Amino acid sequence: MRHIISLLMENEAGALSRVAGLFSARGYNIESLTVAPTEDATLSRMTIVTRGSDEVIEQITKQLNKLIDVVKVQDLTDGGHIERELMLVKVRATGDLREEMKRMADIFRGRIIDVTDKVYTIELTGAGSKLDAFLEALEPSTILETVRTGASGIGRGDRVLKI
Amino acid sequence: MADTELTGAEIVVRCLQAEGVEHVFGYPGGAVLNIYDEIYKQDKFQHILVRHEQAAVHAADAYSRATGKVGVALVTSGPGATNAVTGIATAYMDSIPLVVITGQVPTPAIGMDAFQEVDTVGITRPCVKHNFLVKDVRDLACTLKKAFHIAATGRPGPVVVDIPKDVTQHACAFRYPESIQMRSYNPTAKGHAGQIKRAVQLLLEAKRPVIYTGGGVVLGDAAGQLTELARLLGFPVTNTLMGLGGYPSPDPLFLGMLGMHGTYEANMAMQHCDVLLAVGARFDDRVIGNPRHFAKEARKIIHIDVDPSSISKRVKVDVPIVGEVARVLDEITRQSQAAGTPDAAALKAWWAQIELWRAQDCLKYDRQASVIKPQFVVEKLYEVTGGEAYVTSDVGQHQMWAAQYYKFVRPRRWINSGGLGTMGVGMPYAMGVQKAFPDAMVACITGEGSIQMNIQELATCQQEKLPIKVILLNNGYLGMVRQWQEFFYEERYSESYVASLPDFVKLAEAYGHVGMRIEKPEDVEPALRRAFGEYRERLVFIDFVTDPRENVYPMIPAGKGLSEMILI
Repeated sequence: MRHIISLLMENEAGALSRVAGLFSARGYNIESLTVAPTEDATLSRMTIVTRGSDEVIEQITKQLNKLIDVVKVQDLTDGGHIERELMLVKVRATGDLREEMKRMADIFRGRIIDVTDKVYTIELTGAGSKLDAFLEALEPSTILETVRTGASGIGRGDRVLKI
Repeated sequence: MADTELTGAEIVVRCLQAEGVEHVFGYPGGAVLNIYDEIYKQDKFQHILVRHEQAAVHAADAYSRATGKVGVALVTSGPGATNAVTGIATAYMDSIPLVVITGQVPTPAIGMDAFQEVDTVGITRPCVKHNFLVKDVRDLACTLKKAFHIAATGRPGPVVVDIPKDVTQHACAFRYPESIQMRSYNPTAKGHAGQIKRAVQLLLEAKRPVIYTGGGVVLGDAAGQLTELARLLGFPVTNTLMGLGGYPSPDPLFLGMLGMHGTYEANMAMQHCDVLLAVGARFDDRVIGNPRHFAKEARKIIHIDVDPSSISKRVKVDVPIVGEVARVLDEITRQSQAAGTPDAAALKAWWAQIELWRAQDCLKYDRQASVIKPQFVVEKLYEVTGGEAYVTSDVGQHQMWAAQYYKFVRPRRWINSGGLGTMGVGMPYAMGVQKAFPDAMVACITGEGSIQMNIQELATCQQEKLPIKVILLNNGYLGMVRQWQEFFYEERYSESYVASLPDFVKLAEAYGHVGMRIEKPEDVEPALRRAFGEYRERLVFIDFVTDPRENVYPMIPAGKGLSEMILI
């Protein structure tokens, strides 16, 4: 099962490597990992997308909680949540492709944020599956470059991760 | 205390004094010279100069195991830190509270591949409870306070504090915090009331109960509580290798150690019980063998541990109780007394079954042999010391014989590397214990392989006049390797014969100690009596020439189940 684990940790040097090291040392899978400071500059928030059986996910949350710098851990997939990921895609935009790419971006509610005579750069936000779908909808040879942030997530409604 | 300006080096020394540290094991070097200069100027704690940094950490580790205090080691940057890593990992695997202070190159030189620079925080990260790099002298006192707090609380463990040389030179106002609050670290002490209630109910309804306890009972100072509960219920008790001494071995309720080289009765009872109370133990591979085989028999498991991640890691647990084992056991005892009594008839039948298993006499060996049997040496050591010695061991066959045949009565007397299985710990462990208890009998049971991994510490023992007794069970082989090769590799003894052994008697004498070589069974006891009598004040190194073909029984082959033991 795919799980999205959110955590708050002390915003200190080396905090990221403690989490990354834990995952590699114990053989846990990381699909994506994003981290940035929160509105409280002493705290960082991390979103980790991982896969594993219930037992493995239980161990992952326990082991994360055990890290001294980790303040709080929440498995977002335990309840209602929203997941978003940002992708920037550079595509070929010559001849017929100029119109085609504009149309595709519109369909997926993306925005073209950089234009040259040969290339568009499209910004797209959504769940990971939507970004996958966009890439699949394009002819592979037209994709010049992609960059994705990995998922960020937040609980729905009044489900709040805060200290 | 008024704020006064002190250098970082002075602050380190003052913090250690404020923590009540009496002994620091270490080795100087460039990056820690300022700290050593301050140590020279003070007399509140003693520094013990080892001959290799690994031994400094092992000695601090054993000091902690024997006393319950936080052990302290001090080493320099680069190779000082890397040499310390084995010691740190050893302590980490057995949850021993240590503060290891490592020197570091000056902050402007970090990342420049400076002389004796290594990323100590990076290298030690996977084998510490936590570590710190102190980049500002103003953070130093608070960081050391946190280090001691983290090391000693919750599930204990080693904490490394890496201090760059310039930080030890810089000065700032010093005030040692009296207490520390960390929003990210608050271990659970008290067990969940509902779970404790369920546990009591299960225990009183049990037909075939077993109490299985590990190092957590020793480290959590819960041996008294465990004994009280076991005797109240009349339940059989087994200890892991790390848990020995947590329950008095000669007691009739005690089934001996369980696991790969555990007793037949302990392993069979563990496999066939219907209610298992696991306390401060972690169901590791050397204890229950194959978890699928273990799960074949249905049983309810209650698991008490201070570390939530130890619960339901290898074995699914029915009643998890996170908390300090002493507190939780107390609560279970109190509630059990109020709730009723166990099922006496069922318990009687269960004990009858256990006595049948016990009648197997799985620890028997040839007592008439003309060569010295290693088990015999351990039994004689037990007799000669009246069971009162602190026994350290190295790793291998001798470690298992020590665990099987020395009947530990009290906790913190059996000091060995269970988790990491570090050969070479035995002598530094004995040093740490003897330093803590100068008048105690301290025996290091070792093999000719292990002892050579830290033999240089004979010099430290001479400098410190540590009268430890080295009990070398010399069979000429890396015995446990040889045993596995005999059982599982068709007797192809690849590189397990240790040729060119030194003359250990001369070696001991060269370091200024007493050496003996004992080759006949009838000479074993007199030699031990001389070591602990006539030579009480001296380090005595006894090279016992033992049967090279002796194996450790019972044995559960790796990957097999608890009831699949090889018996003699």
